[in-house]
Amino acid sequence: MKFTLVILGAPYGASASQSALAFAQAALADGHRIHRLFFYADGVHNATRLAAPPQDEHDLPASWSELIKQHQLDAVVCIAAALRRGLLDATEAKRYQKDSDNIAHGFELSGLGQLIEASAVSDRVITFGP
Amino acid sequence: MKSMLCISRHSPYGNALGREALEAVLAAAAFEQNIALLLMDDGVWQLQDQQQPLAGQQKSIARNLSALEMFGVDTVYAHQGSAQRRGLNSQALCIDSVQWLNDQQVRQLMATHDHLLSF
Amino acid sequence: MSTLHTVNKSPFSHQTLASCLTLCASGDSILLLEDGTYGALTGAPTTALLNDAIKRGVSVYAIKDDLAARGLHSQLIQQITATTYQGFVRLSCQHKNTQSWY
Repeated sequence: MKFTLVILGAPYGASASQSALAFAQAALADGHRIHRLFFYADGVHNATRLAAPPQDEHDLPASWSELIKQHQLDAVVCIAAALRRGLLDATEAKRYQKDSDNIAHGFELSGLGQLIEASAVSDRVITFGP
Repeated sequence: MKSMLCISRHSPYGNALGREALEAVLAAAAFEQNIALLLMDDGVWQLQDQQQPLAGQQKSIARNLSALEMFGVDTVYAHQGSAQRRGLNSQALCIDSVQWLNDQQVRQLMATHDHLLSF
Repeated sequence: MSTLHTVNKSPFSHQTLASCLTLCASGDSILLLEDGTYGALTGAPTTALLNDAIKRGVSVYAIKDDLAARGLHSQLIQQITATTYQGFVRLSCQHKNTQSWY
């Protein structure tokens, strides 16, 4: 099956991201394909490059980055939701004249059209909410 | 074409989920996808008439709802039971084109769409 | 055409599971995860509704790891099947679509 996962919860504060990660790992282990990970609403916070949790705690953003890299997954972060919440890539940081950017490598800022396209071509769309 | 049903269960203004659901519906409509919107549980509060969010602080969700028709989403479905439980006056809503569904009709709607976008 | 319903809220503090139980159809499955696993307790306020749903032909599951994290090892509704994320994936394939209640 081809899956699209929609993640709406921020790491640490809600369990949505943790559950989505576990689902993604299980789906890939079972031989399914993940067409897209779409981070929307507070889920955009999973794309931060700057999370620094204590050594003995799970680094969820890092785990996502690793999974994305290992399986060459398409990880899209809704640009409108991201900008509102202060998640910017270099292009947007320049555009809005912010002194820094903070999106981790492997995540791409894009529009809601990516969620719609993903849904149009996927067999299953699963939402993980806060 | 896959059919999508956006199920919006959160009240407006308290969090962004109601607005973000509508933006997803508008995006799907703009891309000419087969999309429907169902308001359920606290989502029916989005239909409340005379919403007056503070100008410059909150965007009116009622305005977004009225924009749906322009994008080709002619009907907004809403769950009767949710509205009754909340004392929502179905005669005074912020939009005209609401189709009220009973429990069985909601089950039908869920069963007949390929994807459920849960908000 | 059946639906998989996922519920992540405790029935002791939210109406979420009750709403789901009212609107799920025979042949659907419900998966309790995260704080939704409190709904697996025999003492939960939704137990009667849940048992009705089971009688109507709804299958109910709960994520093992989430039950264990919360120390929920006993006084669990017997007809609920503990499962893993692998089980969750399989359920999502078996059912036509998934509604996430949160």
